[in-house]
Amino acid sequence: MTLIENQSAAIPAPREITTKPRRSDQIFRAIVTIGGMTSLVILGLIALFLSLKGISVLRVEKLSFLTESKWEVLQDGEGKVAESTFGLGAMLIGTFLTALIAVIVGVPIAVLSALYLTFYSRGPVKKFLVSLIDLMAAFPSLLFGFWGFIVLMGSAEYWAKLLNKYLGFIPLFDVPAPIFERSPFIAGLVLAIMIIPIVTAISREIFDQTPLDRVQAAYALGASKLAMIRAVVIPYGRGGVVGGAMLGLGRAMGETVAVYTVLNVVYQINWQILFGAGGNVASLILLKFGEAGPDEVNALMAAGLVLFLLTLTVNAISDVLINKFGKKGR
Amino acid sequence: MTQTTIPKPQKPWSTSLAQRLATAGVLAIALVLAGAAVELTGLSGKLGFAAAYFFFASLLIFVQQLRLRDLAAAKDSLLSSFAFLAMTLTLIPIVSIVSTVFLKGYKGIHFGMFTNDMTLASVNDPVTSGGLIHALIGTLIMVGGALIVSFPIGLLTALYLTEIRGNLARPIKFLVQAMSGVPSIVAGLFILSILVIPITQELTGLMGSLALSILMIPTIARTAEEMLLLIPNDLREAGVALGATQWRTVSGVVVPAAKSGLVTAVILGIARIIGETAPILLVSGGADALNFNPTSGPMGSLPFYIWKAFLTGGTEEAYARAWGGMLILLILIMVLFGLARYLSGRKAS
Amino acid sequence: MAPTENSNNENNMEKKMQTTTPSSLASVAGNREQRVPGTNLLGTGLETRGVHAWFGTKHVLSDVSLDFAAGTVTALIGPSGCGKSTYLRTLNRMHEFIPTAALAGEVLLDGQDIYAPGTDVTKIRLRVGMVFQKPNPFPSMTIGENVLSGLKLAQLKKSNTDELLESCLVRAGLWSEVKDRLGEHGGALSGGQQQRLCIARALAVEPQVLLMDEPCSALDPGSTFRIEETISELAKSMTIVIVTHNMQQAARVSDYTAFFLSDGGPGIMVETAPTSKIFSSPTDKRTEDYVTGRFG
Repeated sequence: MTLIENQSAAIPAPREITTKPRRSDQIFRAIVTIGGMTSLVILGLIALFLSLKGISVLRVEKLSFLTESKWEVLQDGEGKVAESTFGLGAMLIGTFLTALIAVIVGVPIAVLSALYLTFYSRGPVKKFLVSLIDLMAAFPSLLFGFWGFIVLMGSAEYWAKLLNKYLGFIPLFDVPAPIFERSPFIAGLVLAIMIIPIVTAISREIFDQTPLDRVQAAYALGASKLAMIRAVVIPYGRGGVVGGAMLGLGRAMGETVAVYTVLNVVYQINWQILFGAGGNVASLILLKFGEAGPDEVNALMAAGLVLFLLTLTVNAISDVLINKFGKKGR
Repeated sequence: MTQTTIPKPQKPWSTSLAQRLATAGVLAIALVLAGAAVELTGLSGKLGFAAAYFFFASLLIFVQQLRLRDLAAAKDSLLSSFAFLAMTLTLIPIVSIVSTVFLKGYKGIHFGMFTNDMTLASVNDPVTSGGLIHALIGTLIMVGGALIVSFPIGLLTALYLTEIRGNLARPIKFLVQAMSGVPSIVAGLFILSILVIPITQELTGLMGSLALSILMIPTIARTAEEMLLLIPNDLREAGVALGATQWRTVSGVVVPAAKSGLVTAVILGIARIIGETAPILLVSGGADALNFNPTSGPMGSLPFYIWKAFLTGGTEEAYARAWGGMLILLILIMVLFGLARYLSGRKAS
Repeated sequence: MAPTENSNNENNMEKKMQTTTPSSLASVAGNREQRVPGTNLLGTGLETRGVHAWFGTKHVLSDVSLDFAAGTVTALIGPSGCGKSTYLRTLNRMHEFIPTAALAGEVLLDGQDIYAPGTDVTKIRLRVGMVFQKPNPFPSMTIGENVLSGLKLAQLKKSNTDELLESCLVRAGLWSEVKDRLGEHGGALSGGQQQRLCIARALAVEPQVLLMDEPCSALDPGSTFRIEETISELAKSMTIVIVTHNMQQAARVSDYTAFFLSDGGPGIMVETAPTSKIFSSPTDKRTEDYVTGRFG
């Protein structure tokens, strides 16, 4: 090892290894790279064009587009637009409210289901259940909305009445009038059922990757399953599961058809989740689009932009969490 | 080596018959207690019974474990009770959804629906009049169109991530992920804002295809990436070591090796969009007549057929029609999904 | 899931071993101070009777009967795939961790069959601790938390945890190196330190028996030496069973050695004897072939 000291002079500069790819490869790489950029281009175009359309409304409404809760188009006698106000506030609240109900109800069930799949089931039963849940994740939202309206509504209305009866003193569970059908609560439940398979699938994948040697180490120290899960699985999977929950939140926030079918979409701020009125941004777009004039279409485009940016942010956070904690050994 | 008789393999750790009987006994007692609770207290209905049953069952198992073993084991039993409960709660909607669609849907199924469209029938007419051929054809055309756009883009994205692995691989992976989270209605709005309003000013099947592509690309890209990653690196190196260009290696070795995986990606992509409703409503309108031309005039689709029957009807016939359409859609999704499972399962073995 | 018994490290070790003559190994074994079994009673030790093991339909271990007297160190040696790791894992019921696993025979701890119906498996694992081939400290815990993790995992209450922490680390030979950094995460230690941390962790629940599954195979020679020192120290107060590919190590640390072999079928235990005898005058020809490096 004495060589090292007087080697510095002798060390040659590393040669630069360059290869000139053949023409066919250059073309191949260029095409693939362009193809790879498509997602960037599409996302950029979405933001750009929704902004272009929405800018006229945003310029007028400014920040009150987000904070104001009034969506009105007044027409004069000849059917022309006399005055219009566009504020998304009520629907933003509705978006968060229904999505939060979905996450609060759905995520614990999903995470426990994932634990069940990973640590309590095995063999063909596990395989079958995993397939079933993956299949459910592929069900269209129309089906969930439809089923929620026809089948779930009856039971959910009963649960809502129970909640109101026993917890009605909490403002959240109070109702101004005894209308329990088509409430944000029921829409939230349908969204919960929609995100459960998604969050379950992600959580299960993460739990399955828990390093076996740590699991064994815990068992070898006399741990019960609960103790092992708390000491090994949760610290390992926590970030990934939170990421999965965020993904579910994003899905719930952007859902259109299921909310539209289940919820009585009315433009008003409704904090009382058991009362049958409310909406979210996506369902508002669907509701208003049919009869919207050019000005209102622009406002709906702006609403779409807000929804796009919102879900993009939530998804970005979820992606960071899943990648940071899910893949790293921790 | 003296050859002794080999004893029978046993699993002394598996739950014994006595333990199983004890558990069954506990669950039976819980059933009785739950019944009593519903009879004697304010609890009522199926929900009350189910809640009482879960409460008593988990409590009794807890006590049993506490008596037989210790607190740690008893707490452990609580986790298994709750995990089991959660799994049940997850499965109930699946079972309910599938059985509802089959039970209500079969009434809406008849032979004529595969030959007729809805030009001469309204949703409230008897189920046997009219049909959904226009919707099936429309869905087929729009999904096909979306596939033509999405597959090359999805595959190229996957190839960029697995073969080129450029500096942008990480951000692109992130963008694909972000794209899969784009709400479907935003995809519809986007096509409206970039094409329909400024250029074509007509709702057509092609616009539907393009909106669906935005939802389909990320699914195909991500699945294809996973499938390409399964191809062992040796294969790529073998190709390059033989003096083949990367283009030849990828097109001649890597992609053919991943063929069934790529088919799986396509199938999952189709399953993802086949039931999409919101963007279709915005950009392809909806038609009751058969329309083979994606570039002109509104086009019907399966989701629109269901949507219309469900929202504009209100009679038994309209609901039966909607459920019938839903049954067709669900069967399509299940077949696609089963196909994907079969393909990826066959490859794994 | 099945325990792998192969790593490059072992192969290197075995290549080196081939140059060692049996007599030199015997002399190493002779240097080790012989303890009289049972003088330091911690129960009456561990005993197996006719243990067979299967994975699915594959019979991997046949009819092993061994007696591990309290306070002794027993080395299990043999070529890869001879079932010695599987056997070790039957001793604290880690064997059943693999879904397809099956078993026959009895494992007696203080005369009680640990596979008897109604036995609480977590209690067994508290009494029979285990150190794995690869160091596996819990990365989410600090060094101190790692040592005491067994108490938390098994929900044991101990009052003087500070003393316990120190004594475990002292016995594992790690105290002086980590006493000022107990709050750091376990992953910050070197491989050898991590393995000694795992030993300390196993000691904290005060097991009667410690099983070690090739504890040094992933470590450098220096760390290996430290671990061997630790084993010798621990042997004064507990029963140790160690699986090793390194015959020098078996000779250095063990009182008894059992030689396992598989001829393609299930692994069998060929011979067991005091370590010096195994390495100087084994009874069985196959043992002699193995310890002289003629195969394996």
